[in-house]
Amino acid sequence: MPDKKIRVLIAKPGLDGHDRGVKVVAQLLRDAGMEVIYTGLHQTVEQIIETAVQEDVNVIGLSILSGAHYPITEKLMKGLKEKDINDVLIIVGGNIPRRDIDGLQTLGVRGVFPTGSKFEDIIEFIRRNAG
Amino acid sequence: MKDTQQKEKEVILESGIKVKPVYTPEDIKNIDYTKDVQNPGEYPYTRGIHPYMYRARPWTMRQYSGFATAKETNKRFKYLIEHGQTGLNVAFDLPTQMGVDSDDARAEGEVGRVGMAVDTLKDMEYAFEGIPLDKISTSLTINSTAAILLAMYIVVAEKQGLSPDKIRGTTQNDILKEYIGRGTWIFPVVPSLRLITDTIEYCAKHVPNYYPVSVCGYHIRESGANPVQEIAYAFLIAKAYIQHALTRGIDANDFIPRISFNFDIHGNFFEQIAKFRAARRLWAKIVKEDFGATNPKAMMMKMIAGGGGGGLTIEQPENNIVRGAYYALISALSGTQTMALCSYDEAYTIPSEKAAIISLRTMQILIEEMGLCDTADPLGGSYYIEALTDQLEDNIVNCMNQVEKRGGIVSAISKGEIQKEVSRQAYLHEKMIQSGELVKVGVNKYRIEEEEERTIKFHEYDPFLVKKQIKMLNQVKSNRDNKEVSKRLEKLRAMAKTDENLMPYIIDCVRVYATIGEITTVFKEIFGKFKEPVGI
Repeated sequence: MPDKKIRVLIAKPGLDGHDRGVKVVAQLLRDAGMEVIYTGLHQTVEQIIETAVQEDVNVIGLSILSGAHYPITEKLMKGLKEKDINDVLIIVGGNIPRRDIDGLQTLGVRGVFPTGSKFEDIIEFIRRNAG
Repeated sequence: MKDTQQKEKEVILESGIKVKPVYTPEDIKNIDYTKDVQNPGEYPYTRGIHPYMYRARPWTMRQYSGFATAKETNKRFKYLIEHGQTGLNVAFDLPTQMGVDSDDARAEGEVGRVGMAVDTLKDMEYAFEGIPLDKISTSLTINSTAAILLAMYIVVAEKQGLSPDKIRGTTQNDILKEYIGRGTWIFPVVPSLRLITDTIEYCAKHVPNYYPVSVCGYHIRESGANPVQEIAYAFLIAKAYIQHALTRGIDANDFIPRISFNFDIHGNFFEQIAKFRAARRLWAKIVKEDFGATNPKAMMMKMIAGGGGGGLTIEQPENNIVRGAYYALISALSGTQTMALCSYDEAYTIPSEKAAIISLRTMQILIEEMGLCDTADPLGGSYYIEALTDQLEDNIVNCMNQVEKRGGIVSAISKGEIQKEVSRQAYLHEKMIQSGELVKVGVNKYRIEEEEERTIKFHEYDPFLVKKQIKMLNQVKSNRDNKEVSKRLEKLRAMAKTDENLMPYIIDCVRVYATIGEITTVFKEIFGKFKEPVGI
């Protein structure tokens, strides 16, 4: 039997509308054989968690380019904890300075992929850590 | 030479045009100088819209800036003006762009982050304090809420004792491109188009020296489009605005001259220059032939060209200073009216003062030292440039025809078709960079591993800023006449349900310090929200 497809929710939280990167990653993961659900723009953290539950995803990927990655991710992690969701792999991508990577990981983000990350690194990471 | 070697040497531009190793008179033998090229300042304006171009006046230098509160932005504005900048280009934070007040939960973490925070007229009063709005032209980078910010700008000018006909400037106000890239849309396509048409009509009648719309191929290209699509989609969008404005019974000759363009520069040097020359020629033909305009000013494509954010790299950031200089050179050789460059640290952060000054100096060096203003269109007549200009024009026309055949740009954007195509291009482009097929210096070639970010100083976001901003908002709210605000918002709501031009009612609201959030909420209740097509 073939492996079950990894289900990935690709999400754009907050007001930031830059979606070039997020759509590139969505196409990439789809071409890599994953089931990709894209939220569209301007999502609240609550909406993202709700979609993640509904779609029963293995991975949530947040894309943030405005610089607000820290407050948004913190809110997401808190929301997930409140709902007792702890089996979903959280990754963050976008305009993330390297100096912030450790901080995001302390919050519980497993993988951080700043702009320009290698395609195979993203795919590999998800395959290794999801589900 | 063997076939395989020939193939290896094949050069194909992003526009799909094959470049020959050598161009000769043979390549331009079908070009008729008087019909297709003509002198600068003469139809079809291939060589520029002014007979003397920069000899008469150098391009306007307009660096994009704005952050934190209006008071801090005001300081940066004055700093840039002191250093010789000739126009302002205002960045707003995301809550302002999305019609959300600073005290709204959705604004959390975003107040004053990517631009200046504006809640009420008070902020705009502070931002332009001591800056004479009849002397300095100002570009407001704002879209969904452009009508509101324009209303505030008009009232600020009025408070400086200036009637609306004295102010000069631009609102970006190009909502159709926001659905393709940049993403600060709020309302559905149809009411959004109505708001834009209201601003065009209002400006045509009352603010004649103002550019109500700057159509942005820029963000479409930044989202992934190739240079042909950048121009083609922008022109289709501009045509849509013009068609809507014409239904209001205003004369094409009066308002088309006040629609300008914002284009992107990165990628192949010559391709960009030819792109702008082709665009200028094609726009002149469109305005003359499709809209029957007779006013030459309507046929002249005016543009801000520069930026180039998509070409800058996080890796080896100082290389971006060099890239910026080439982009500025391209822009000057393309006959731009206004130039703004992305600063070298912009791939990371809000530009530092130092980086912003380097961008400004880059332009000043071209003007003052390098002779870029000496003669108009110095590349005109080059076999390569003229041939490429021709081919690009053909490709742009083909691209426009394809969209029009499928039902036009408004429908294609509403259904998400353009968005899908642009994303596909972005994906292909990124794949080519990752495979090394497309070289980015410092990224996939000449890379330095374990590079540090230390050379870039980050613009620090001040977490107390939001408190300051909210405090000011509360002060404004407690000092204003709340009854009058509600009355005027109710009037606006009533008028939004009719076909009346909403500008006078928006101006009435901002005058009594109604907030952006309050006005946007009224619109949302009447217009609804855009449902994004999310298919990848």
